[in-house]
Amino acid sequence: MIIGEQKPLEEIKELIGDARKVLVAGCGTCVAVCSAGGEREAQILASALRLAFQVDGNSREVTEATVQRQCEWEYIDPLAEQVAESDVVVSLACGIGVQTLVERFPEAWIVPGLNTTFLGMPQEQGIWVERCQACGQCILGVTAGICPIARCSKQLLNGPCGGSHDGKCEVNPDIECAWHLIYERLRKLGKLELMLRFQPAKDWSVSRDGGPRRIVREDLRVLPET
Amino acid sequence: MKSGSHLEKVLTAGHFAVTAELGPPKGGDAGVIRHGAAMLKDVCDALNVTDNQTAVVRMSSVAACAILKQEGVDPVLQMTCRDRNRLAIQSDILGASALGIRNILCLTGDHQKFGNHPTAKNVHDIDSIQLVQMVKRMRDERKFDCGEEIQGELPFFIGAAANPFADPYEFRPIRLAKKVKAGADFIQSQAVFNVEKFRDYMARVRDMGLLEKVYFLAGVIPVKSVGMIRYMKESVAGLDIPDELVRRMENAEKAREEGVRICVELIQQIREIPGVRGVHIMAVAWESIVPRIVEEAGLLPRPVASTGPTQGE
Repeated sequence: MIIGEQKPLEEIKELIGDARKVLVAGCGTCVAVCSAGGEREAQILASALRLAFQVDGNSREVTEATVQRQCEWEYIDPLAEQVAESDVVVSLACGIGVQTLVERFPEAWIVPGLNTTFLGMPQEQGIWVERCQACGQCILGVTAGICPIARCSKQLLNGPCGGSHDGKCEVNPDIECAWHLIYERLRKLGKLELMLRFQPAKDWSVSRDGGPRRIVREDLRVLPET
Repeated sequence: MKSGSHLEKVLTAGHFAVTAELGPPKGGDAGVIRHGAAMLKDVCDALNVTDNQTAVVRMSSVAACAILKQEGVDPVLQMTCRDRNRLAIQSDILGASALGIRNILCLTGDHQKFGNHPTAKNVHDIDSIQLVQMVKRMRDERKFDCGEEIQGELPFFIGAAANPFADPYEFRPIRLAKKVKAGADFIQSQAVFNVEKFRDYMARVRDMGLLEKVYFLAGVIPVKSVGMIRYMKESVAGLDIPDELVRRMENAEKAREEGVRICVELIQQIREIPGVRGVHIMAVAWESIVPRIVEEAGLLPRPVASTGPTQGE
């Protein structure tokens, strides 16, 4: 899922600027699970903003609303009226949610309340870790199901560099060396020969490098191409 | 004088400058550069060396510029942000300075999709405007991007590109203003074919007061064939080619001759536009035509560095 982290209150206040009517829009999917932008966080942020504006001595109208998913038009349509009445919408969704609102409500001023951090999973209560970079061509089949694109600090494809120490990455002792993990797993499963193979340079054109990506499935489309 | 480069001297002395472009070879032979230098040395004030132009791998622009230096040419080092992060860019700038290179043109770089390594990663750690500012800071404050001090001087004449014809058209002078504010000393523009539109752009740029702060060199491309002008009109983003020019190429008995005539006419028209301080000739894979164009446009002889403008200039 998509992991996010709320921006500092000061930064959110700065993004709100002089707007009088503020709508805090939460999202009930990924960012709710990682406790960054769900219904509860939207309520807490709205209260914090009300309090902060009160302390600053200027009265603003802060409301909140949370939808199941901010990244699909049909889920955000019910917000239309509230968005129209607001001077600014602080979206607590990931960057996709922010842009879905912008595309659906072109007249509205939408600002992000989160930093979209990565694609990952909760490792334990309170810890989330990165697992995928959406590179467009999955290589997990040859790396024992452990992604060196997302998890190696240098995105190496042919084994660990000299900075691997005690299973950790030299960049930070909290980072596990992805290639150490891959090696150990391949060894245990008797598939070390996979690591002997030379991995050629990756095709980055299907990743972010090739420009924004788009998938078209003709078998599923109902609208004609515009 | 910021760099003391020949190009800077020519421009500050008030001459109408002539620069041209030299594409380095797809190989390691210095002879190709030396040949280009011999051909263009006396008809240009400085020679731009492209940096993996259109994302096709060629000899490094720093190396090719160093060879030009040896041949007595004032090189303009083209530096793109596509292939290097800020570490590599800064170290190449130090190296270029050590080799006596004094002009740098800061560019974004064509996307690798259009080159011969379309599956490569692109870098774009910084953009062209940030690069301009970075070089200015390295030169004027002697500081790296991180704020650490640089030992010694880095006298560069800092250039940037401008495209008067790309969309959104209204934004183009604003983007130029950002480049000037970031520290550009000179501009080399995308090729001009639509003189009317260019005149309008220059008027807006002039009204913004930018031409007092930057030397503006207008780009031209000599067109070699009907196929080339059709291709550029249909497939190259950011070029504006009037139908009339395509028709002239189609109806010409000798397309190359017509291409030269058009280029010379364009230079003469562009030169009359207030604020244009020089011309930049991009004869892609047709460098040999540059001496003739410069001569027929009435731009010879080229000035000796230390003299003021000759009569009529």
